Amino acid sequence: MTFKKLIIAASLTLTVAAAAFAEEPKAAVPAPGSAPVAAAPATPGAPVVAAPGAAMPTPAAAPAPVEKKKVTLKANRVITLSMFAVIIGITMSVVVWAAKQTKSAADFYAAGGGITGTQNGWAIAGDYMSAASFLGISGLISLYGYDGFMYSVGWLVAYITVLLIVAEPCRNAGKYTLGDILSFRTDPKPVRAFAAISTVAVSTFYLTAQMVGAGKLMALLVGVPYKTAIIGVGILMVGYVVFGGMTATTWVQIIKAGLLMSGAFLLSFLVLLKCNFNIFAFFQTIVDSPDIQDHVSKLVLKDGVTLNGADAGQRFLEPGLFLKNPLDQISLGMALVLGTAGMPHILMRFFTVPTAQAARKSVIIAMFIIGGFYVLTTLLGFGAAINLTPQGIISVDPGGNMATLILAQTMGAEIAPIFGDIFLAFLCSVAFATILAVVSGLVLAASAAIAHDIYVNVIKDGHADQHEQVMAARITSLVVGVVGIMIGLMAEKANVAHLVALAFAVASSGNLPVVVLSLFWRKFNTAGVISGLLVGTIASIGLVMVSPNMTYPKTVAAGAKKVVAALEKKQAALPPGATLSEKDTKALAKAKVDEQLTGTSMMGLEKPLFTLKNPGIISIPLGFFAAILGALMFPSKRAEEMFDEVYVRQNTGLGMAKAIDH
Amino acid sequence: MAERKYDWAAIAQNPKFVELHHKKQAFLFGWWIFSSVYYFLLPIGAAYAPGLFKVKMIGVINFGYVFALSQFFVSWGLALYYAHVANKDFDRLTKELIDELHL
Repeated sequence: MTFKKLIIAASLTLTVAAAAFAEEPKAAVPAPGSAPVAAAPATPGAPVVAAPGAAMPTPAAAPAPVEKKKVTLKANRVITLSMFAVIIGITMSVVVWAAKQTKSAADFYAAGGGITGTQNGWAIAGDYMSAASFLGISGLISLYGYDGFMYSVGWLVAYITVLLIVAEPCRNAGKYTLGDILSFRTDPKPVRAFAAISTVAVSTFYLTAQMVGAGKLMALLVGVPYKTAIIGVGILMVGYVVFGGMTATTWVQIIKAGLLMSGAFLLSFLVLLKCNFNIFAFFQTIVDSPDIQDHVSKLVLKDGVTLNGADAGQRFLEPGLFLKNPLDQISLGMALVLGTAGMPHILMRFFTVPTAQAARKSVIIAMFIIGGFYVLTTLLGFGAAINLTPQGIISVDPGGNMATLILAQTMGAEIAPIFGDIFLAFLCSVAFATILAVVSGLVLAASAAIAHDIYVNVIKDGHADQHEQVMAARITSLVVGVVGIMIGLMAEKANVAHLVALAFAVASSGNLPVVVLSLFWRKFNTAGVISGLLVGTIASIGLVMVSPNMTYPKTVAAGAKKVVAALEKKQAALPPGATLSEKDTKALAKAKVDEQLTGTSMMGLEKPLFTLKNPGIISIPLGFFAAILGALMFPSKRAEEMFDEVYVRQNTGLGMAKAIDH
Repeated sequence: MAERKYDWAAIAQNPKFVELHHKKQAFLFGWWIFSSVYYFLLPIGAAYAPGLFKVKMIGVINFGYVFALSQFFVSWGLALYYAHVANKDFDRLTKELIDELHL
């Protein structure tokens, strides 16, 4: 078929184009410090990441203890780019293979139901763990110790909800999308339309954060300009999804998860090797490290506490250095525990396996991979703090996002300098594969909602043959991908730190209540779905818009004033003739500009109306309440009568996958 | 493929299905609530019982660290336990029910 040849030719062209983009020789000097991995789920509740300069004592500002070694991050471009090329090559061959198998809508959206439980488990892990899990959390641990570890726990516990409440019922009652589950016993058109809007909203928030993070990360790692990085990543992402659909996306995610786990294991092994595999000695080293002690002393001094020596070292293993607002933590915890199960790209993974048993198995495998990864992350984070010192990590990136990468370079170089380069290049390519895997999953979820729910079922009343459905899916993915690239290009300077929190908030307050009530409550109906989705989504977005996540010029100015005062005091204290370090001089100049800022946030506020960064604690109950109230106010006899069918189907798998032909 | 017509209401009344439904619901929601409570004890404890979290247990390793680490093992343990019960009980009941219906 000429069409198929065209596809293959086009995908090869894309490979070449992408490689050309990736290798565009432009010696942009990586700008350390200016590029936090904004995509980081590490960012909800991470003021440091959002405003590095103001919040952190710069290492130069500290009367530095003995400067043992200079910490730098320099990727070897030749090795790194060759590894990128290998990853692009492998994934593109997967795409060519997958494209040949993608003939029907079921192939495109659900890989024909032909993914095994084990494969799906790896794919879920690959879909879920973003560059932020990979770089952000170990960075948090390397700078704030215990709090970083505590932060990672919720990301695993979230899967208990997925396992017990949504995975198997969704496999049994659904087909390709969230809309399929929700429209079963309701009025399909409005419900599908709202479900699609919510899916697109969640995916867009998450995708934007990922794209901006990807651009900045690639710029920092291999020195390609931000825009080139976005276009390169975007082209690959579109290539995977448009041509290979779910099959290619799944395999890209599996490959990524495999690479990520290998990297984490290898690096942890090297870290443990240094302490002769004695984990107690490892922790003792943390407490005894003079650099960590000094770092902690400065952190707690800001809260007016004086700690020195081993007490300060011990404090690194105790909570409260980073996560200071318990209510915000609980709120984030709620959004994680309920939101993961409402994420369209995660839900969609359960339609790729043939049975509920396979869905169950896949969640359990994913839990071991994800949990194992976070446990290793502890070793990496603490290992970075010991071997690189927090001061050294901050000097490369104030948010700590580069800790794992520098650690790989340092640990590798201790064996042989070339091994340091290779190991760093390997981890950079893991980060690259990670970005590709996550963004592809998101694009696929958003396109499925638009093509399957809105085009096929709302516009065409479900009357579209397989060929038309696949074409619609491909065109939609192309459009969604291009829009994603455009948003990424436009959002370079935007504050995207809150978008991941927002995605989880909408998923937990909008999607999850209506999914659970649809599956388990007899009286639930059309009105309930619509009011639940609307109120949950609007409440989440609204609360984030008036939360401290937004930029408040007057708050920034107030912070800058303090910096100016501190630095001027420092300058005054200097012996005559001496000047501030270059870094301090720059910080002072920037603070003097920021000091003049005035005006209001996007919403016209001088200060936040809602003091939490994570709206879940308010928006989740609101979402549930609205869904229940809506259903009770407009009861539907048909929906109640059909509950037996839904309930029997989701528990037994009878009549599976033909679920929407009623 | 012609879809087989099922009498859903009748299946829902079937004693086997009622048994499956009760067992499943008690297990799923019960353990879900347990795991959520156990999880939220972590941020709540870290914020409101810092003294407890500081208690050293083995060398410099404190209760807070052990508790956070235990979250992983509790989650994994629960996942495996669920798999065990589901494979043994829920799947068996489902199979018996389906066999009965097809007879």
